[in-house]
Amino acid sequence: MERDRATDIIVSVLSGIAPEIDPGTVDPSGELQFEFDLDSMDFLNLVEGVGKAAGIEVPERDYAAIATLDGFAQYLVAHAG
Amino acid sequence: MGAFTMPSLGADMDRGTVVEWRVAPGDRVSRGDIIAVVDTEKSTVEVEVFESGVVEELLVPVGEEVEVGTPLATIASGEAIQPLPAPSPPAASPPAASAAPPPTPSSPPSRSPAPSPPPPSASPVPVRAHVVSPLVRHLAEELGVDAEALPASGPGGVVTRADVVAAARLGLGVPPATQPSGPGAPPPPPAAPAPPSAARPVGRPRRARVPSDGARVVASPYARRRAAEAGVELCDLAGTGPGGAVLARDVPATPSVSVTGVGAATPAAAAAPSASEPASAPLRRGPEALRASVAALMARSKREIPHYYLRTTIDLGLVRSWLDRVNVDRPPGDRVVPAAVLCWATARAAATNRGLNGHWVDDGFRPASGVQLGVAVSLRGGGLLAPVIPDADTLDADELMRRLRDLTERARHGGLKASEMADPSITVTNLGDTGVEEVYGVIYPPQVAMVGFGKVVERAWVVTDRIEVRPVVTVTLAADHRATNGHEGARLLATIDRLLQDPEEPWSATEPPTSS
Repeated sequence: MERDRATDIIVSVLSGIAPEIDPGTVDPSGELQFEFDLDSMDFLNLVEGVGKAAGIEVPERDYAAIATLDGFAQYLVAHAG
Repeated sequence: MGAFTMPSLGADMDRGTVVEWRVAPGDRVSRGDIIAVVDTEKSTVEVEVFESGVVEELLVPVGEEVEVGTPLATIASGEAIQPLPAPSPPAASPPAASAAPPPTPSSPPSRSPAPSPPPPSASPVPVRAHVVSPLVRHLAEELGVDAEALPASGPGGVVTRADVVAAARLGLGVPPATQPSGPGAPPPPPAAPAPPSAARPVGRPRRARVPSDGARVVASPYARRRAAEAGVELCDLAGTGPGGAVLARDVPATPSVSVTGVGAATPAAAAAPSASEPASAPLRRGPEALRASVAALMARSKREIPHYYLRTTIDLGLVRSWLDRVNVDRPPGDRVVPAAVLCWATARAAATNRGLNGHWVDDGFRPASGVQLGVAVSLRGGGLLAPVIPDADTLDADELMRRLRDLTERARHGGLKASEMADPSITVTNLGDTGVEEVYGVIYPPQVAMVGFGKVVERAWVVTDRIEVRPVVTVTLAADHRATNGHEGARLLATIDRLLQDPEEPWSATEPPTSS
């Protein structure tokens, strides 16, 4: 998957969960949970939503790798077709 | 005949506004049916009726603010009418908050832009109860589908609107659009029951269809749920989000005739003419009103309640290993987060430490029957609600997780029911997701205890004479010294700890569901 497409998917799911936050203003290397003020339910929704849109299922053991916007996008590039 | 009155949705509510009637005179209602939507300072809440019968008269129009206790409608006794299947098994406990059926979030949106979101999409456990909301039952009648015979995809065995639509689409006797059953209209003839095997499998109820060109539609999860709820295909919608992603706002608020194929079968609108313009109702609710409500309650708490505070640190090593084990094979939507296990332990502990589970009323403590677990939910934009999980001490960790997720979603996006806004018997707050290690709560009067959890952190921990790195969490108790002494409070925290160290407890025995 292309990097831009991966970022688009993540941002679009985030915009549904945290509509009040402009993705353009967040630090892409900062922790998503802080940058988008996500609790564990929100994060579950994020993993579920992005997983469905990208056609992959992110296992819990990989949560550390997807903790940031950059990291999550990179993860999709590496794992999603 | 009985009067349906404006309910008290929490200790601090004295007035409310009907923003939608979901019934009209002549409609049959069963105990537990949601018949009105009420706006309070805090939230918009779906209100159940606690009596079966026929609606005689609506006494208060949409938009009028009235005091708690004001009769809103008259309901004729159900004895003279043909009884309908009860929407839920009779509750064994007294008709307080615990008497309500499990959430029935399948009703059409009551008001844009805050429709009732559907439940978490997967229901991997065998269905125990079988619950049909009045709207879904109406829809099923009009589509000629036997709602009682359908597999239920909602939490707690709730048959959702989507279940009915899916069954109807499978050719289970979809008649032409019939007249909505209004006042005096005879009930539609009973239709052939839908064999359970003919509907879609439980557990994958809302998978979006891939468009014919094979490309996947990008959409937010909320938009997906709303689309599934409305029976709309994502690929038929024009997305306005980044990269053309379909967002919740792109999904029609109510299923339109052409896309659902169910004709005029939108019973809410048909049966409740007064609900046709809910947007005209005055909306006093907003961040300021919610803030004022929280301010008044918290000030009262600190004025009246002599708080005492305790804290302890709990080893979550066993919980972590259990979560690792059950979550590894589960899709994200079925995974359990630590907060759910902590709520589970708190509910169980409250059940056996009854001095902390109840209310301080009229200079005395009244223990609650069952644990009505309040869960503090922060809303985006600064609001705070503490809706209830009824009888939380009877649920296992898996079920508590589902309820917690569903409740959080509806607290944030609308669709809470009156029974979920009733006074909890004890409340949990969890600030761990924000990164703090401890939170000392302010008790919600008239409750007498608030349990707080911080962040789960890795710490050096002594385990039988050795130092290990373990996940630990700090739990605090804020308790009302009028109702209990520190000794009793300490026993509550100790009980929570013991429950989380006991591998024989039900949460750890729960096996992962088979993935479908």
